[in-house]
Amino acid sequence: MTTAIGTLTKARALPKAAPGTITRRTHPLWFLLPAYALLLVFFVLPTVYQFIYAFTDWSGFKASINPVGTENFAQLASDGTLFRSLRITLVYAVLVAIFQNVFGFGLAVLLERDTVLNRIARTFFLIPVLMSALAVGYIFQALFKGTGLLADTTWTIVVVSLIHAWKWMGLAMLIYLAGLKTVPLDVLEAARIDGASRWRTFWKVRAPLLAPAVTFNVATALLGSMNGFDIVQATTGGGPARTTELLNIFIYRTFGQGLFAQATTMSLVLFLMVVVLAFPVIRLLRKREEVMS
Amino acid sequence: MSDLPIWRRLQPVAALVLVVALIGIPLWLVVATAGKSQGEAIDPNLSPPTEWHLWDNLRQVWIDADVPAALFGSLLIVVPTVAGVLVLGSMAAWVLARRGSRLTAVLYALGISGIILPPAVVTVVLLLRQLGLAGTAIGMIGVYLGIYLSTVIFFVTGFVRTIPSSLEEAAQIDGAGPVAVFRKVVLPLLRPVLATATILICLYVWNDVFYAFFVVGGRLDTLPLNLFRVASAGLYLNNWHLIFAYVILMSLPLVAVFAVAQRKIISGITGGAVK
Repeated sequence: MTTAIGTLTKARALPKAAPGTITRRTHPLWFLLPAYALLLVFFVLPTVYQFIYAFTDWSGFKASINPVGTENFAQLASDGTLFRSLRITLVYAVLVAIFQNVFGFGLAVLLERDTVLNRIARTFFLIPVLMSALAVGYIFQALFKGTGLLADTTWTIVVVSLIHAWKWMGLAMLIYLAGLKTVPLDVLEAARIDGASRWRTFWKVRAPLLAPAVTFNVATALLGSMNGFDIVQATTGGGPARTTELLNIFIYRTFGQGLFAQATTMSLVLFLMVVVLAFPVIRLLRKREEVMS
Repeated sequence: MSDLPIWRRLQPVAALVLVVALIGIPLWLVVATAGKSQGEAIDPNLSPPTEWHLWDNLRQVWIDADVPAALFGSLLIVVPTVAGVLVLGSMAAWVLARRGSRLTAVLYALGISGIILPPAVVTVVLLLRQLGLAGTAIGMIGVYLGIYLSTVIFFVTGFVRTIPSSLEEAAQIDGAGPVAVFRKVVLPLLRPVLATATILICLYVWNDVFYAFFVVGGRLDTLPLNLFRVASAGLYLNNWHLIFAYVILMSLPLVAVFAVAQRKIISGITGGAVK
């Protein structure tokens, strides 16, 4: 996925296959048709709709839908919901990105050698990745019941982001392991002959080569947690006192109340936040990758 | 660092402790609670059940929570979704990878934008109503196709670029049309990347509750939707033993698939992600 994200920002040129008549006959454009028709109807169109229906009074209580200007935004901003949910989602995303990468990296370094025990251990760390996030949420709700960990208005957001990171750390570990294995042995040998300590070799030779893995892991953690819902819904339901109410939880709750336009407005806000944040973050990471490697 | 003598001795101990603490304890909680009677499970803890009721609880959930219907709903949606994204996604990806024009570059960027951009969950409901697909399995499949085609297009396009086109040319010289070339030459070559994509999409769709809630919630049952309903009622009734029995039922199929195809999946995921 690193390469995909790079392509989005750098618009890397596709390889120049012989254009013209031959390609037209051997790789016809109509092969794109079904996939792009579906993308257009089920992905692009609803996204365009967001920019329209966020400015209406669409709800479950009225038969007609009328334009109301920026009323939804004004209301969400004035009662504090908009900025609170945005802040909570951002804090959650950043915490998840940090925890998931620290855990994943630590596990990869710990389980790097290909021993039988390590192989088994790696498989165990992949079980949470396979489980539904909803199930993970219930497990930790049960585990933390009575501890007060899920009832603190300040720290619960940290606890839920730790749970999210716990679920996905196995995947981060896999990516880091793949990165660690790509380091050529002769480079390591050269470093050793030059008298570099193990510590120095690790941080100066191996770690920089992990840059693509970092990009992938940070980007997927950020994007995944900005779209987070299941884990938080199952552990806290957005509480206590709405301190863990991510944008998607707000959207889910508001939609359930029949306030469709408000839910759309928040969905549009989430879309815009991802557009504004994801691209610069990915560009930054790609740039750092180039500098380091 | 990894070959320091003391590290070599300590590493297995550290690995074991971490597996037990981080994975063993939560999993044990699931199994132990699912094995308890309702009275014992009210306050879930790590103590083993005085008497194992695991089988009874599984059976009770299976019948009372309508698991067969939810399982059918899940399969009804997962199977066509996975087949659809794989076939349509690789068709598009193949042509995108082989044609090097301005147009295909733009289409490619559009095609993979869904990897980053969040889907519009609320307005898609309105759109489905207008199309007469609200609450139907077809509508749900369409929405998942729209969300996950990006992932397949991205993975497969990258993979096709690594395959030499001379393999296709041989078939073309023999007079094979694009459909025959795609079906007989390209698709078999794509097997490794399609295996990875299958697992990823299965994982996402099988476990999804968020999009399913908006599109088919209340009209069609899937396993996660059903778990959500059972748990929402169960937390109030303190039915932890049934919630975790359900968790076991729902997780087992994926864990079993993974256990069988383990090595291949791991190499597929890591090979595709970090180049």
